[in-house]
Amino acid sequence: MNLLEARGITKRFGARTVLDGVDLLVRERETVVIIGASGSGKTTLLRCLNRLETPDAGSTRIADVTLGQRSDGRAADERELARQRTLFGFVFQRFNLFPHLTALRNVALGPRRVLGVTPREAERRAAVELTRLGLADHLHKRPSQLSGGQQQRVAIARALAMDPRVMLFDEPTSALDPELVQEVLDAMRQLASEGMTMVVVTHEMRFARHAADRVLFMADGRIVEEGPPAGLFSAPRDARLQRFLRHLEPAS
Amino acid sequence: MIFDWNVVTYAAPLLAHGVVMTLQVSAVAAVLALMIGIAAGLASLSSSRVLRGVIRVYVEFVRGTPLLIQIFLVFFALPVLGVRFSEFWAGVVALAFNAGAYIAEVVRGTVGAVEKGQSEAAMSIGMTRHGALIWVLLPQAWRPMIPALTNDLITLTKNSSLLSVISVYELTRAGQAIIATHFAPFEIYLLLALYYWALISALAWASRRIERALPQW
Repeated sequence: MNLLEARGITKRFGARTVLDGVDLLVRERETVVIIGASGSGKTTLLRCLNRLETPDAGSTRIADVTLGQRSDGRAADERELARQRTLFGFVFQRFNLFPHLTALRNVALGPRRVLGVTPREAERRAAVELTRLGLADHLHKRPSQLSGGQQQRVAIARALAMDPRVMLFDEPTSALDPELVQEVLDAMRQLASEGMTMVVVTHEMRFARHAADRVLFMADGRIVEEGPPAGLFSAPRDARLQRFLRHLEPAS
Repeated sequence: MIFDWNVVTYAAPLLAHGVVMTLQVSAVAAVLALMIGIAAGLASLSSSRVLRGVIRVYVEFVRGTPLLIQIFLVFFALPVLGVRFSEFWAGVVALAFNAGAYIAEVVRGTVGAVEKGQSEAAMSIGMTRHGALIWVLLPQAWRPMIPALTNDLITLTKNSSLLSVISVYELTRAGQAIIATHFAPFEIYLLLALYYWALISALAWASRRIERALPQW
């Protein structure tokens, strides 16, 4: 049973087709990792899933909800779409934490202002999520007082506090200093092992190898190869994937 | 010419009454202008095309017409339509209506300049565009907004001298009354300039204090 079904996702920027009818099916509790050269459409696909970007064609269904559509089939208004978007948690490459708020307030803001729970309950929930991510000592620090790895974990907690069904990660470690990458990957791996459904765009091949149930390789706005990491990495069929992996070898 | 110190010592305390009125009318107008300006500035960033259009027309009208005409419109033209204000309230409304448009542009500029990732992050946790504006973007814009807002409030305070033409007994009007009886334009206008300068300096000082007190990150 698929929790997430995106079909025919197409996105053009001007004359350039960035996504060309992409299908993406994700089962509950599955961790799907998307790899590919920059410009292949990975990030745009992720952003089309939760409608940060409006696709030109295609539909996304998540847990019986079709994004942008009400249950009676009519077009959802902005408020309804915003609410549907909370079915996804989104983690940005550059964290995008709210700089004027403490870690606790960053995480509590969504529950407080979107779900409308009391300030007390919102902060309690935020403290639980932050503690789960090992940030119990940093609740009252502003983002500028935290390391990149800590900031990204706050961002993960912020997404989790909305109780999403699927977590989307957009190159979550690309903006981090090398020594801070592992703590974020560890947090993600723990999340996966707890049964969270995740779609991860990343250049961390070790994470793809060890944490992914399935790896998708994108090129030119399409998914050109997919499979369990063992097979895909050891016996790539598509020439572009072979080239992509060869280029990575010296680094890893 | 001889500088007449007597008229200065006579006028200084009389003008203090005018100062009080200038402060009152400016302060009330400033509060109203800030409310109008912030609301209109946020509205011009909203997703509603109609709302954006209305604000556009408002700002264009204020920018495109002299304040003196706006004051006359409120005081002499509105009563024809049955809307009648006292001199004081006509002054307050005209000044606030005028400054509100400039403040709206400041708000639109600074709130709109907050990095795009911030509104995306707000949307990613389920906020609408309006929610993002109010809970995420506006709070980050307060501090960068202060210098430009200060300019607009200084202009508002100075503009209050124009209310003398609809006989609000503020600083300028008080000065003119003394000139009419004592004929000492040099001394009195100089004194008026000093009074305004002192007022504006105090305002600028307060603004710097507020700016420094606002949190940075």
